[in-house]
Amino acid sequence: MLDFSRFKIGGIIAVLLVGLWFAIPNAFSETEVADWPDWAPKAQMNLGLDLRGGSHILLEANSESLFESRLEALENNVRLEMRRADGGTISIGDISLRDGQLRFQVRDAARVDEAVDIARQLTSPVGITGARDYDVTVEDGNRIVMDPTNEGRVEAIDAAMLQAVEVIRRRIDELGTREPTIIREGADRIVVQVPGLDDPQALKDLLGKTARLEFKMVNEEVQREIEATGVTPRRAPAGSELLAYTDDGSPIVVRRQVIISGDQLVEAQQQFQDGSAVVFFRFDSAGARSFARVTRQNARKRFAIILDDAVISAPVINEPILGGSGIISGNFTTESANELAILLRSGKLPVELNVIEERTVGADLGADSIRAGTLASILAVVLVMVFMFVTYGRFGFYSNVALAFNMMLIVGVMSALGATLTLPGLAGFVLTVGAAVDANVLINERIREELRKGRRVIAAVETGYAQATTTIIDANVTNIIAAIIMFALGSGPIKGFAVVLTIGIVTSVFTAVTVTRLFAALYLKRQGQRGPGRRVEAINI
Amino acid sequence: MKLLKLVPDNTNIGFVRWRYWGVGLTLVLIALSIIGLATKGLNYGVDFAGGLKMEVGFDEPANIDDIRDRIGALGLGSANIQEFGAPEIVSIRLPLAASEDPDAAKAVEAQVIDALAAAYPDVSLRSQDVVSGKVSGELIRDGTLAALLAMVGVAAYIWLRFEWQFGVGALVALAHDVLIALGVFAWSGLEFDLNIIAALLTIIGYSLNDTIVNYDRIRENLRKYRKMPMIELLDLSINEMLARTVMTSLTMIVALGALLVFGGEVLFGFTLAMLIGVIVGTYSSIYVAGPILIWLGVGPDSFLPESESGAERVSARP
Repeated sequence: MLDFSRFKIGGIIAVLLVGLWFAIPNAFSETEVADWPDWAPKAQMNLGLDLRGGSHILLEANSESLFESRLEALENNVRLEMRRADGGTISIGDISLRDGQLRFQVRDAARVDEAVDIARQLTSPVGITGARDYDVTVEDGNRIVMDPTNEGRVEAIDAAMLQAVEVIRRRIDELGTREPTIIREGADRIVVQVPGLDDPQALKDLLGKTARLEFKMVNEEVQREIEATGVTPRRAPAGSELLAYTDDGSPIVVRRQVIISGDQLVEAQQQFQDGSAVVFFRFDSAGARSFARVTRQNARKRFAIILDDAVISAPVINEPILGGSGIISGNFTTESANELAILLRSGKLPVELNVIEERTVGADLGADSIRAGTLASILAVVLVMVFMFVTYGRFGFYSNVALAFNMMLIVGVMSALGATLTLPGLAGFVLTVGAAVDANVLINERIREELRKGRRVIAAVETGYAQATTTIIDANVTNIIAAIIMFALGSGPIKGFAVVLTIGIVTSVFTAVTVTRLFAALYLKRQGQRGPGRRVEAINI
Repeated sequence: MKLLKLVPDNTNIGFVRWRYWGVGLTLVLIALSIIGLATKGLNYGVDFAGGLKMEVGFDEPANIDDIRDRIGALGLGSANIQEFGAPEIVSIRLPLAASEDPDAAKAVEAQVIDALAAAYPDVSLRSQDVVSGKVSGELIRDGTLAALLAMVGVAAYIWLRFEWQFGVGALVALAHDVLIALGVFAWSGLEFDLNIIAALLTIIGYSLNDTIVNYDRIRENLRKYRKMPMIELLDLSINEMLARTVMTSLTMIVALGALLVFGGEVLFGFTLAMLIGVIVGTYSSIYVAGPILIWLGVGPDSFLPESESGAERVSARP
C-alpha cells in the first residue's frame, strides 16, 4: 500500500503538471493571455453570466406559424401546377387549410389521378428513409388531402432553425458585442448569451423581430373610401388585406401580392435626410429590375413598405425608380433607423421567434458577486486548512497541499474542457472541497483508530488508507451517479452544478487519497531510514 | 505539537438507545415542514412562478414600505418586494400576463423604474429576469425529475453494494433532509429559485456521503461482531465514526459560515440552504438512517451469505 514505484510517482507528478499547465491562464488577465505564444495554454475557465454580468435570452420558434406559411406556399404551388397541367388546366375548388392539412376538390372526376400525380410531385423526400414531407390521399373520390408527415415537420423546423441561428449570429455581430454564445437547444429553441452588455434592450429588440420586409401596392379604391368616410371595413376585399401603420395604428388596405421582398436587398444603411433619420436600401439586379417595372406601371399610386405585417410608410410613386435603390422614411429616431438597417442587412428569420426566458445581470452585480464570492471562498478554504492543520498536524498539512492541488486540477480541467463556472457550480465546488476534506478526515481518523488499537505506525497508516478508501469510493460513486443523472436531465443551473461536481469528485478522490498517500509514504520511508532499527516508532496525528 | 482532538477517544454515547427521542424530534420537524409547506407554501421565485424579477440598488438604505406603495400604485398586480442581502438592494417580483409578447415585460419594467426614479434619482437596475409560464413549468419539472431520479439511482447503488435495507434507509434519510430544508424555506419565506434546487442537490450529496460513511462502518462491524445486538452495534459504529462526523461537519459549517457572512447577496440563499442541509444531514445519518436498519430487520445475518469470504477479504486486504 505504501510502496510507490517510480513509474507511479512519475504518473502522479505528470497528472499534477498537466493540471497546472491548463490552470495557469486563469492566474492572468485576458489581455495578458492573448499575447502568449501559440503553444501556451490560453483557455480560461468561463464564468457564467450570473457571475460576470450579461444577458441570457431563450428564444422559441413559433412552429405553428411556420407550418401555416409552409402550407400557404404549398397551396400556391398546387394552384399554379394545376393550371399548368399537361392536358390543360385542372379545375380545383373548395380549398381549405384547416387542421394543418391542405384539402381541395378536383371538379373533373376523370382527372383526379392526374391531379394526385401533380400533388405528389410537389412533395419532397425527407432524410434517407424514403419518407416524404406530405402524404397525399384521396377522400370521397374527388377530394385530395395533403397531410404533413412528422418527418416533414421535423425537417422543416430543423432547416428553419439552422438558418435562424445564422441570422441571429449576423444580427448580434452587428451590435459589435464580444464573444456571444448562440446555441440551438432542443428541436425548436435557441439560447443566446451575451456577456457584459450595457444595453440588453437593444439586443432583445433585435432578436424578437422576424424582419420580413415586403413591398405591396395599396388598394387605392378601398383606401380612398376609408379616408373619405372614416369608416374601416371589417374585412378587406378578396385579394387585399387590412394592415395597420406602425406609428399610430391607423388602418391601411393593401393588395396581397408581394411586389418585391426584403430577400432581394443587398444593402441597408441608416442615413439622414433633411435632418431626420431614414434607412437607405439597395436591391440586387433582379430586384432592381422588378422594382423599376412596378414603379413604372404604377406611377402616382401608393405602395406600402411593410415590416412584419405592420406598415412603416406608404409613399406615392412620383416617378419610376430605376436605380434599384431608395430610402425608407418613417417616424424614425436614429436608433430605430439603425436597428431597422441592421435587421434588413442580416436578413429575415425563417420562422417567428418568441422570447420565453430572459435574464440580465448588471455588470456591477456580476463584479460584486465575483468579488464577494472569491473572498468568501478563499476565506472558507483558509479556515478549513487551518482547521485541518491544527487537528492532524503533518497529515493535515498533507491534506491541505492535496486540497490545493485539487482546486488547481478542477480549474485546469474546467479550462481545458471549456466548462462554465456558474453560481450553482460554486456550490458544487464547495461540496467537492467538503468531500475532499472528508476523505482525509476519514483516513486520518482511521489511522488514529488503528494506532489506538495498538498497531504499529506503518501498519496503521496502511490499514487506515485501505479501509477508508472503500468507504470513500462508495460515498463518491454515489455522488457521481447523482451528478450524471442531474447532468442528463437538469436544465441550465443544475447542469452547471453537475459538471463541477463530476470533475471535482474525480480530482478530489485522486488528490485526497492518492496524493496524500504518496506524501505519507515518502515521509514514512524517510523516517524509517533515519530511525533506530529502521522502524518508525511514532507519528503525531 | 499538541494536536486538536474535538472528540475524546473511545466515546460511548447511546445514540441509538435514545432513538425514540430522535424519532420524536424527527416527526415534529417533519410535521412542522409539512404544515409550513401546506399553509405558507414556498415563496417561488420567477424561475418557478414565471413573471418579472428586478433587482434595484440605491445609494442609501431603501425604504421598502415607500417602494411598495409606489409600485402598488401602478396597479401591476401583486408585487413581492423585499430587501435582498443588503439594505440598499431591493428585489421586486411582479406577475406578467400570460401573453407571449416580450414587450409586455419591457413596459412593466419601464413603468417600475420610472416610478422609482421619480422619488429616488439614485436608483439603478442591477439585474432582471423574465421567465414565461411555459419555461417555468419545464424548470420545475426538470428540476424535480433530476432530483428524484438522482435519489433513486443512488439508492439502487447502495442496494447493490450493501443490502436493500440500506438503500431504503438512505432514501428515507435523503427525503427527510430535503423535506426539512423545504420546510425551512416555507417558514422563512426565503425565495425559492433554481439556485436553491442546486443547494438541495448539494444537501442530497452531502447527506448521502454521511450516511454511507456510517453504513460502511456498520457493515464492517456486522461482519466483525456476529453476536452483538443490533442496537449496541449501531451505537458502537456511530461512536467510532463520531470524531470523523464532528470534524467533517464542523469543517463544512466553518466553510459555509464564511460564504454566508461574506459571500454577498447572491450566494446567501443557497449557502443557507446548504448550511441547514449539513446540520440536518448529519443528524439524519444517525437518527434516521441508523434506526431504519433496526426496523427493517438488519442483523448479523444480513451479510451471512458472503460473510465468510467477505470478512476475510475485508481484514486481509493489503
